[in-house]
Amino acid sequence: MDVVAAIEDDLFAYALMLGDSALVLSHRLSEWSGFGPTLEEDIALSNMALDLIGQARLCLDYAGKVEGRGRDEDALAYLRDDNDYRNLLICEQPRGDFAVTMVRQLFYAGFMQPCFASLMASRDSTLAAIAAKAEKEMAYHLRHAGEWVIRLGDGTAESHTRTQRALDEMAIYVAEFFTVSAVERRLADAGIAPDPLALRAPFENSITPILKEATLIVPSFAGGQYGGKNGRHGEHLSRLLGEMQVLHRAHPGATW
Amino acid sequence: MYAQALDQKDRSPVIAEDPVRLERFEARCTAEDKIEPKDWMPDAYRRTLIRQISQHAHSEIIGMQPEGNWVTRAPSLRRKSILLSKIQDEAGHGLYLYSAAETLGVSREELSEQLLSGKAKYSSIFNYSTLTWADMGAVGWLVDGAAIMNQIPLCRCSYGPYARAMIRICKEESFHQRQGFEIMHTLAKGTVAQKAMAQDALNRWWWPCLMMFGPPDQASQHSDTSMRWKIKRFSNDELRQKFIDAMVPQARFLGLDIPDPELRFNEESGHWQTGAIDWSEFRRVLAGDGPCNRQRMRVRRQAEDEGIWVRDAARAFAAKRAARRQAAAIAAE
Repeated sequence: MDVVAAIEDDLFAYALMLGDSALVLSHRLSEWSGFGPTLEEDIALSNMALDLIGQARLCLDYAGKVEGRGRDEDALAYLRDDNDYRNLLICEQPRGDFAVTMVRQLFYAGFMQPCFASLMASRDSTLAAIAAKAEKEMAYHLRHAGEWVIRLGDGTAESHTRTQRALDEMAIYVAEFFTVSAVERRLADAGIAPDPLALRAPFENSITPILKEATLIVPSFAGGQYGGKNGRHGEHLSRLLGEMQVLHRAHPGATW
Repeated sequence: MYAQALDQKDRSPVIAEDPVRLERFEARCTAEDKIEPKDWMPDAYRRTLIRQISQHAHSEIIGMQPEGNWVTRAPSLRRKSILLSKIQDEAGHGLYLYSAAETLGVSREELSEQLLSGKAKYSSIFNYSTLTWADMGAVGWLVDGAAIMNQIPLCRCSYGPYARAMIRICKEESFHQRQGFEIMHTLAKGTVAQKAMAQDALNRWWWPCLMMFGPPDQASQHSDTSMRWKIKRFSNDELRQKFIDAMVPQARFLGLDIPDPELRFNEESGHWQTGAIDWSEFRRVLAGDGPCNRQRMRVRRQAEDEGIWVRDAARAFAAKRAARRQAAAIAAE
């Protein structure tokens, strides 16, 4: 395998990581459509789901082009099984209550905002362009989730309990953000993608003050669950994809 | 769909209005003046508008459910984003409409309570099931198409806040209808299974959509006053006919059959004539016995209930923050 081909394989895998996380999380957010705690929040949750579908489409479309085997965004979204998905585990966890959703958004955006900010300087111009758009969206998601986590943590006794529980449930998926897969290592060395380890400090700097203001106990983020980046997922992803892909797979080759 | 609100009996006691003010009010309506929230208006005008605007808002909110049914299964990422945006627009329409109703002196919470208690109605079309993806096409093309026929004249409604909300809503609805037609077009030109799916959706939605315009004119109750007050401008039958005349050629263009063996073009009148509408089905669904009446209300109540702790937390936090600011201001003095 020559150097260019090796980089292309890595680029393909990396674009899938970004695209799959966005796609799977957007699916979870879209489950809120019609169920938001207020009309305004229903609209906001759909907005965030739409931002993420947009990111997923850009990343999967690019992955398909880099791969060069004629797979488009839909082939990649609808015709891969769970063990071919490269999303972070946190994204596939069930929707949960509003506290779970907001804590997850806070963690995800708290990680992806500095990730995209760094990716804007990528030597790969397509990834840099996607990152420029996505970074703005993540900054907004972070602000929105942060405001809600503070409101819920410092709201009523019930909302505090639910939010602390959500925090503890979601915290076990955070360490995975900062694991460095072989793909990420090589791309970081080539100046194409950020080193995940370098994103830990900005993540903690943005998350910790929010959790403190929310009067919540900041979890350690130590240990936890890994595997998403390499295609080893939990029990939920297969069901999520089963639902997402059912119609597309029932009509092979059809145009929608 | 929203004409139904005008066909409900107003059970409130009739208030004898000041004849001089009433005459001046009606003259303004005739002159196509806009009535604004602070202007004098007859009690029955206010009640009619609250009923109609809130029923429209409730319909937008309940209408999110049949489409939400397909969001997680949309067959392409493009379709998924369009569908999600469309449902999001509907939540937005609900918001503008509740806001327009609030200018008449009723709160969003009261209106929502009326919906949850079953006191207020929503359009009966949303009590039908969305069984296949083609229903996303049929809902956009036919249901939104019928809604637009009703709603375009409402952009000229005498009540200013409602008319202005409707201008924006109609723009978005017209986009929704085009995307529905595009789904139908794609399916109708697609595989044999896709075309069958499109035809099946048309078969199931056609008659309920004709019923969306409300009962035939001879059975309608409110039209005279509502027409004089420029709330309603066309009769149920006039709007229904406009809809039929617009839809028949579109169905033919799609290569789909309207499920009506008696459908024919009347050369004399220049209109398409349909067979008889089964009004007993309409009454049955309106009375609560449609395929999804109970489900739609149960889901709406569940969403409301699950949001209680969030809304309570937001209120508690706002109160705490206000108290802290006040305490800080006192300390600074």
